[in-house]
Amino acid sequence: MSRLENTFNNKNKNLLNVYFTAGFPALDDTETIIRSLSENGVDVIEVGMPYSDPMADGPTIQQSGMQALENGMSVAILFSQLKKIRNQVDTPLVLMGYFNQVMQFGEEVFLARCQEVGVDGLILPDLPLSVYEAEYQDLFKKYDLAPIFLITPQTSEERIRKIDQLSKGFIYVVSSAAITGNSKEISPEQLAYFERIENMNLRLPRMIGFGISDHQSFSTACKYADGAIIGSAFIRALENGKEDLDKTIKTFVKGIRNN
Amino acid sequence: MISISEEGYYGRFGGAFIPEMLHPNVEEIRKTYVEMIKDEAFQKQFRQLLRDYVGRPTPLFLAERLSEKYETNIYLKREDLCHTGAHKVNNTIGQILLAQRLGKKRIIAETGAGQHGVATATVCALMGLPCVVYMGAVDIERQQPNVSRMKMLGAEVRPATSGSQTLKDATNEAIRDWINNPEDTHYIIGSVVGPHPYPDMVARFQSVISEEIKWQLEAATGKSNPDLIIACVGGGSNAAGAFYHYLNEDNVRLIAVEASGLGVDSGESAATSVLGTEGIIHGSRTLLMQTPDGQIIEPYSISAGLDYPGIGPMHAHLIQSGRAEAVHITDREALAAAYDLSKREGIIPALETAHAFAALEKIAYQKSDVIVINLSGRGDKDLDTYIKHFEEFNE
Ligand SMILES: Cc1ncc(COP(=O)(O)O)c(C=O)c1O
Repeated sequence: MSRLENTFNNKNKNLLNVYFTAGFPALDDTETIIRSLSENGVDVIEVGMPYSDPMADGPTIQQSGMQALENGMSVAILFSQLKKIRNQVDTPLVLMGYFNQVMQFGEEVFLARCQEVGVDGLILPDLPLSVYEAEYQDLFKKYDLAPIFLITPQTSEERIRKIDQLSKGFIYVVSSAAITGNSKEISPEQLAYFERIENMNLRLPRMIGFGISDHQSFSTACKYADGAIIGSAFIRALENGKEDLDKTIKTFVKGIRNN
Repeated sequence: MISISEEGYYGRFGGAFIPEMLHPNVEEIRKTYVEMIKDEAFQKQFRQLLRDYVGRPTPLFLAERLSEKYETNIYLKREDLCHTGAHKVNNTIGQILLAQRLGKKRIIAETGAGQHGVATATVCALMGLPCVVYMGAVDIERQQPNVSRMKMLGAEVRPATSGSQTLKDATNEAIRDWINNPEDTHYIIGSVVGPHPYPDMVARFQSVISEEIKWQLEAATGKSNPDLIIACVGGGSNAAGAFYHYLNEDNVRLIAVEASGLGVDSGESAATSVLGTEGIIHGSRTLLMQTPDGQIIEPYSISAGLDYPGIGPMHAHLIQSGRAEAVHITDREALAAAYDLSKREGIIPALETAHAFAALEKIAYQKSDVIVINLSGRGDKDLDTYIKHFEEFNE
């Protein structure tokens, strides 16, 4: 059984997925950040491949990506960093990036390399479901990688069912019609949407992301799903506490879990 | 045969590589636009607005003094005489009618030179819809007159401050706005770029240009086909419109003119068809300038409307398949052509358009040829730049 499936089989409540941009704050922080997130009990780690034109991301993740690229991060460097880390941590690792990065690396070479370095799943927001289904499904199977797709408040029920069939690992429930980094309070409309999805009895676990920033929004989201995903708020914490990453991460995760 | 597939591909190029957040919106447009364009009521309203509001048909003008200089026969398709001063308004009229049909209450757009922003602000004023235009901070600086025009027309201009702060970044910001406002907002893309069906839809709205060239040229010369059509290419909408009805007329040479900035190999260029490789930009699989790692490279051109690191998928296909010839023009060559056209024909072209005229120096043609240049826009917006370089080029 895969690491992702294992994680969701062992636990179906309050799962915490933390996103960070690889190469930020510094090029070589990837190892420290992943090890520390894992030691502090984070359930899934989402590693962002910095991109010049991240159209689904807000200013916080955009800026961390720019910094990471200035620091010299590349897909090839990231893979070699991940390979070293895989021997030390068992937490599922999910890569997040834009499809052009995969295309330029060579789709099959990229997926093969993911498997080789111990990546468990991929989130590629601009790889459309139809293209995945027609062209890449077999390759994802071949290299045992979980394709993780997003759903939003505007996604039709029919399409959600299809995404539930085609995805693996978990479904990424985008909390509102928004890019990353909004941290308004969760509204009654959003709760109704979470409930609607919950009542669909989907095959896969669900993780709520976008706009989850603190203990309160995390625990609200967890009431309606298996867990939640935090990105921009963590990037801001790293930015403010880069002098002692271990301490920063410990404090951050504790703050989210509130224990 | 040049055509677009059901999924929005011209050969290998096109498609819709968009995040799930945009899927319902893009799908809604895809399901509506063809049916709308075929609808008689739409056609009637669209044609009437093009005639009474935009001022179409635009003239096809035999430029005698220019023809004399180049020893051939040059006709100018006068898109500069469209209301708002460029071809961009042909598309915004079509898309504002689409937005109304979809029941949208708010309009957003990106702009480079500001011509598409002005054309969008104009149709929003006409229809009474609020309008937000994203524009790179660098472009706001170099196209001030258009920023003022947009404001006067009631639009809000929001600076894009990421990346190179030009057209690419304005487009990113507009896409993010659309993700944030999926239900009430329509995004009027200004060129034949973006996810399917935008490239095809914009090309169809702009195709009125070549539709008119056909009968105008027939009336002027007895033949509806020219030997060459020349147009500048930023994203490629004026070129798409000028080429459209000639795409499958193989005896008509199509010349796509890109901006090479300080020179194709200078590192400061926007010559996508030579510097670009296949990848994805703004939701479309096309040629774009990028690093081997897939990071998009910041382009450069003196002309804000051509300062874009990609080209529309139709043009990527036309150029790669050999149907269109790409020509590259530097800043200085474009400036020289602009000063020359002004004095020779009494027409001050937009800086974008000036690139198309400079191509006359670079291509081979016969004395007996009939050449149509698409005069995509007028130069009022570029006067500051023209005045700044005037002495250098006009001793
Ligand atoms: C006058 C004029 N011509 C050409 C362009 C380039 O756009 P496209 O390639 O879509 O025609 C612009 C863009 O701003 C423009 O204003």
